[in-house]
Amino acid sequence: MIERIREIAGKILRDANIFIGYERGFDAIHATPLFVRKEEDLKRLIWDPTCVHNLASYLPYMKERCGVLVKGCDSRAIVQYLQEGLIKREDVVIVGVPCRGVVDVKAVMRKTGYRPILNASFRNGRLVLRTDEAEKELVMEEALQGKCRRCLYPTPLLYDHLVSESILSDKDPDSVYADILELEGRTCEDRLSFWKRELSRCIRCYACRNACPMCICRDSCIAETREPKWVTQRSNLQEKFMFHMIHALHLAGRCVECGECERACPMEIPLLTIRRKVNLEMKRLFDYEAGIRPDERPPMYTFKVEEESIRDPEI
Amino acid sequence: MPGVKIVGFLCNWCSYGGADTAGVSRFKQPQDIRIIRVPCSGRVDPLFVVRAFLMGADGVLVSGCHPRDCHYSEGNYYARRRLEMLKRFLPFMGIDGRRFVYTWVSASEGARWQKVVKEFTETIRGLGPLKLFEPEST
Repeated sequence: MIERIREIAGKILRDANIFIGYERGFDAIHATPLFVRKEEDLKRLIWDPTCVHNLASYLPYMKERCGVLVKGCDSRAIVQYLQEGLIKREDVVIVGVPCRGVVDVKAVMRKTGYRPILNASFRNGRLVLRTDEAEKELVMEEALQGKCRRCLYPTPLLYDHLVSESILSDKDPDSVYADILELEGRTCEDRLSFWKRELSRCIRCYACRNACPMCICRDSCIAETREPKWVTQRSNLQEKFMFHMIHALHLAGRCVECGECERACPMEIPLLTIRRKVNLEMKRLFDYEAGIRPDERPPMYTFKVEEESIRDPEI
Repeated sequence: MPGVKIVGFLCNWCSYGGADTAGVSRFKQPQDIRIIRVPCSGRVDPLFVVRAFLMGADGVLVSGCHPRDCHYSEGNYYARRRLEMLKRFLPFMGIDGRRFVYTWVSASEGARWQKVVKEFTETIRGLGPLKLFEPEST
């Protein structure tokens, strides 16, 4: 498959200056984004389940036409960018790669005792890791990110080139929100203590925001502006709640569930759970899923005079 | 009955006028609500509500012009979508959904404003103060 990616990337480089893909990182379980500008760098490109990053996130800031390698989830970010007019379709050559899931690097590192991983091979649904001390075998299903275990779109939804045969999801669309439904079934006090416990770990490093493809405000993010001052510098739970509510609500009807927030979080806060709750409501209210069709309008950008799914106020 | 803190975001053209009508007509109403006048219910960022709760409000009320009656034609339509989303989101984070209400009151509906304030204040008094965090939790 990697040969095919290199071949397509080589062709793209003939009329674009950059191809964004992955290369091997500092050890066998880490990949890192690679900007290919010269043909001799094509051989550095890789593709395997360590290719976790959402490379589409670079697109709104690219100053020239470029090619980009995307998985199914990442392609939804591109669709969402197009919906919001953040990129132009003709400025990007999309190379789609059908994906059977990417690894949860933090979970794998925990299971290997944080030893340097010298070699990782993925075969027949198993992940074999060799560290400097021992060899460890994991079932791929256990090593996958949560989003991959629920993935409904393993094949990119929008592409110019598809590097291999498309894959259909084997997940039941009704079951993917099971964990959200479980939380909804608890009492309000229970959920409050759940989020207090989870969010108390937040160190407000804003890595979730920086990694988020839909957080496009950059230096104007209201979590950091002084005027208006939404969040103070105090390090207490109120401010942590505030920051995460800002992030979740600014993603209403926009979050494509690529899971970059959760992957980037150093404290392993279940951030995607907050976003998926909002997404579930978007589905219930407006039958809308972000990043599916480029010609749709995000529900918060529009309205209906008669909203079928919103009842009249109770008072 | 010890007072509860209620923040009300009222649109300038309808609900603020409605509250004024209620006042001018001498309709008796509970006084736990602090009213913030906004140009339109569409001006109300759902985060205003979130911030109010996090800073110690026990209840938040947003009121605007009735649908089809917005001074700016469509501000309240956007508000309706945002606030409905917020109403469904708050309980997920642990803030009781009954503590947040959005509704529509026109400038002539002084009696309706009285009813809204009465009912909402009663609900919040029934629920008691919202103790989200320990004082000065770190």
